Amino acid sequence: MAKRVAIVGFGQTHHTTTRRDVNGVELINQAVTRALDDAHLTINDIDAIVIGNMDHFEGINYVDTWSIDGSGGYMKPIFKVCTGGTTGSTVAMAGFYHVASGMWNTVLAIGWEKNSESDTTGAIITAFEPVWDRPTFAGAVGGLAQDAMAYMHETGATLEDSARVAVRDRQHALNNPYAHLKLNISIDDVMNSPMISYPIRFLDMCPRTDGAAAVIYASEDKAEKITETPTWFIATSNRHDYTMAGDIPFGWLTSLRDASREVYKKAGIKEPLKEIDMGELYLPSSWAGLMWIEMLGLCKRGEGPKLVADGVTDMTGEFPINPSGGVLSCNPIGATGLLRVGEAAHQIMGKCDKRQVPDVKLALTTGFGGCFWSDVILLGKKKPS
Amino acid sequence: MAKAKGGVEEMVLKGKIKVPYTWYVGECASRFYVELRDNKRIFGTKCAKCNKVIVPPRSSCGKCFVPITEWVEVKDTGVVQTYTVVHYAVPGIQPLKPPYAYGIIKLDGADTGFVHVIVGADLTALKAGTRVKAVFKEERQGNMLDIQYFTPV
Amino acid sequence: MERIAIVGVGQTKHERRKRADSFADMVYEVTTKALADASMTIKDVDNVITVSNDFWDGRTISSMAVTDACGSNGKNVSTVEGDGTFGALYGMMRILSGYYGTTLVVSHLKGSESSMPHITNAMFDPVYERMLGLDSISSSALQARAYMDRYGITEEQCARVSVKNHKNAKNNPNAQVAMDITIDDVMKSRMLADPIKLYDCSPISDGACAIILANEKRAQKITKKPVWVRGVGYCAEAYHLGDRDLADPIALKAAAKKAYSMAGITNPRAEIDVAEIYDAFSYMELLWMEGLGLCEPGRAGRLVEQGVTEMGGELPINPSGGVLSAHTVLVAGLVRIVEAALQLRGDSGKRQVAGAKTALAHGINGPCGQSHCVWILGN
Repeated sequence: MAKRVAIVGFGQTHHTTTRRDVNGVELINQAVTRALDDAHLTINDIDAIVIGNMDHFEGINYVDTWSIDGSGGYMKPIFKVCTGGTTGSTVAMAGFYHVASGMWNTVLAIGWEKNSESDTTGAIITAFEPVWDRPTFAGAVGGLAQDAMAYMHETGATLEDSARVAVRDRQHALNNPYAHLKLNISIDDVMNSPMISYPIRFLDMCPRTDGAAAVIYASEDKAEKITETPTWFIATSNRHDYTMAGDIPFGWLTSLRDASREVYKKAGIKEPLKEIDMGELYLPSSWAGLMWIEMLGLCKRGEGPKLVADGVTDMTGEFPINPSGGVLSCNPIGATGLLRVGEAAHQIMGKCDKRQVPDVKLALTTGFGGCFWSDVILLGKKKPS
Repeated sequence: MAKAKGGVEEMVLKGKIKVPYTWYVGECASRFYVELRDNKRIFGTKCAKCNKVIVPPRSSCGKCFVPITEWVEVKDTGVVQTYTVVHYAVPGIQPLKPPYAYGIIKLDGADTGFVHVIVGADLTALKAGTRVKAVFKEERQGNMLDIQYFTPV
Repeated sequence: MERIAIVGVGQTKHERRKRADSFADMVYEVTTKALADASMTIKDVDNVITVSNDFWDGRTISSMAVTDACGSNGKNVSTVEGDGTFGALYGMMRILSGYYGTTLVVSHLKGSESSMPHITNAMFDPVYERMLGLDSISSSALQARAYMDRYGITEEQCARVSVKNHKNAKNNPNAQVAMDITIDDVMKSRMLADPIKLYDCSPISDGACAIILANEKRAQKITKKPVWVRGVGYCAEAYHLGDRDLADPIALKAAAKKAYSMAGITNPRAEIDVAEIYDAFSYMELLWMEGLGLCEPGRAGRLVEQGVTEMGGELPINPSGGVLSAHTVLVAGLVRIVEAALQLRGDSGKRQVAGAKTALAHGINGPCGQSHCVWILGN
């Protein structure tokens, strides 16, 4: 029978465009130290570690072994997982499975990236199939723009609709001292920002960030000793379908639809908007904040813009999305998915200060990356039965 | 022409990943490189918990998992712990034309090994225990090759 | 721990250059073989772990190349970047969690498509050591020298490992470099980074490998010959070469201790019937034997001289020919598990160790075996 697993600690670094003050190992060390402090644990309490990032953003091969001085992995079990943009959520899932397996009681999960150390787009281009896709179709913005175009064409969503998402997440970030971008912007500001790849303007898009995150998982008996407010891991699922750009059903993030449905089924959720209290969602562009909430079943097809315009996803709404400011405000890629999980855990623990959503019992987190891949994790305050 | 299983000519595409990197070495390694470049001095850091002098310096001790703040200068001389003489060439990676040696050198005053290249008149005489001394470059840029090489003394 | 079994295995032939096969072709081949071996269809696979490396594949998010080929569409899937033994480990964890009954673990690599020295140079820290130009051969030579100096291990003793494993490879249709050579041939082969000579090195290889793991209930339905996982251990030590005692594989000792403890093994030399060890260089087989507690520190060279580790010896090591005879990086550890499993099923053909009941498989990550993964399997 599956073992119950809880998150008992979360730490993140100061995030900014360029962390000149630390190298990668030192950056990792800051996140790990903060997560241990958050859980009132020492490195000696950690049984095993899992770490992730994207190789070509820093040009380090075997990051699991290279990072030992920073991760605290000396004479500990450690390995690396890596799935592109979903790396952070992949790390979060791996931390869960480590403990759920019964092999380990207390596990440290680390995601990090120093995007300043390379050409992010140059590296992302190499993700695409070298024979068929790379010569013609590459980079993160182009794919997201195609996705948005397909959605616009079908639903009639407008550039103002997407700008609302850009403004919402940036406004939320003003409450988060850790957020990379703190932009007090209006819809006009978004509409007047330079067009990158139609319909995506500069302020519709996420930044690239230097930063790290660490989350500590514990088995049921340990978790309840470590903290009075463990955040329980309720359910997780992912879909990493498709292999080439032409396989992507643009405008329909079916991977997110399918993964979220599996999570809802496992958790017995029938009406996610009503039953779940908030989301920390991996929305790399403002357009994702319209389309993908539909894929998550928070509303019907084509109703995403209305849900956002009605304020349902604002801090005071029924289902606040990205109280942290989300990916649009902070994007250390290998850490981005793990930040969603850590932020959601802290929401449930009531540790989010000015960005706290009152009385969070269930929080939904997602990861996005690869070739339109999706990871979904549901966290809760109540121990699963 | 090579034929695939189906008798078709096997095509190959050539490519290269061209990603430029800029590594921020951090404050700790910056201090090490500034001293190396400006003063030809080699510094390590000393862990307050295990009292080990770690060279090149680290801002935290990997074994004790505590921050390190104490700086200690070590000598530019030391003892070879292990070594190898390289006879194959990889242009673009190797800093010297083979044959040259790599050594892990315990610098006088350090508790860890320092990896570097060793050059000398007779590399076949190299052995564990050989004493070596750093030879610094005239034009130093603040990187590991500011020490041009170590040589037996 | 709940009992987990290996119920299906598949591997390609490992070759210097697989011109006709893409990553996806190789992965499809081994996935299909493993499914056929287990008499399963892809529908019976509950979740998938792929193993790949962005450096070797020349591709960010290297797993994108194989999601179709491994049949993971519509399934939960994740990717481990490291040796295949670690991928298998994560695959096992996911079954132990109770959420899945079976896991397909698949790994691929084509060493022929890139440049080994450039890629292994990228293991070294850009802040301090990378500019020095170390790669896997030169760094391993530092370890070989430290180990040989410590215990008086001779180059001839290392050469014997190479002779033995290349000879064993003649019994393995999947091996790449199978040949009869003498100690003299090894000693006279081209010096690369002393004490490492050409025939002390593993080759550059292309290939793929897959295993299917299952929980006890599923395993007993799937196969009459399940191979049981009796113990697994893994551990990493310090990173910088100068921080380590390269002659003392402490991480391997810790990993082995954990695996033996799970498996209830107290005397590994006596209790293990056959071992598949990650011998990327000839000295490594000796050093890892010591780290695995198969003999006292410094005694492995003597054991090889006495023929203990040969086919027909008391403890045959690398009947497959080992990594020295085919080194598909990342895949090689998974191949060690497959070879151990075949031995326990009695399906190893001409390389079969008669009556093997307990087998060891081993994989490594990082420079000079910084991180190790040890599996104990039984039938």
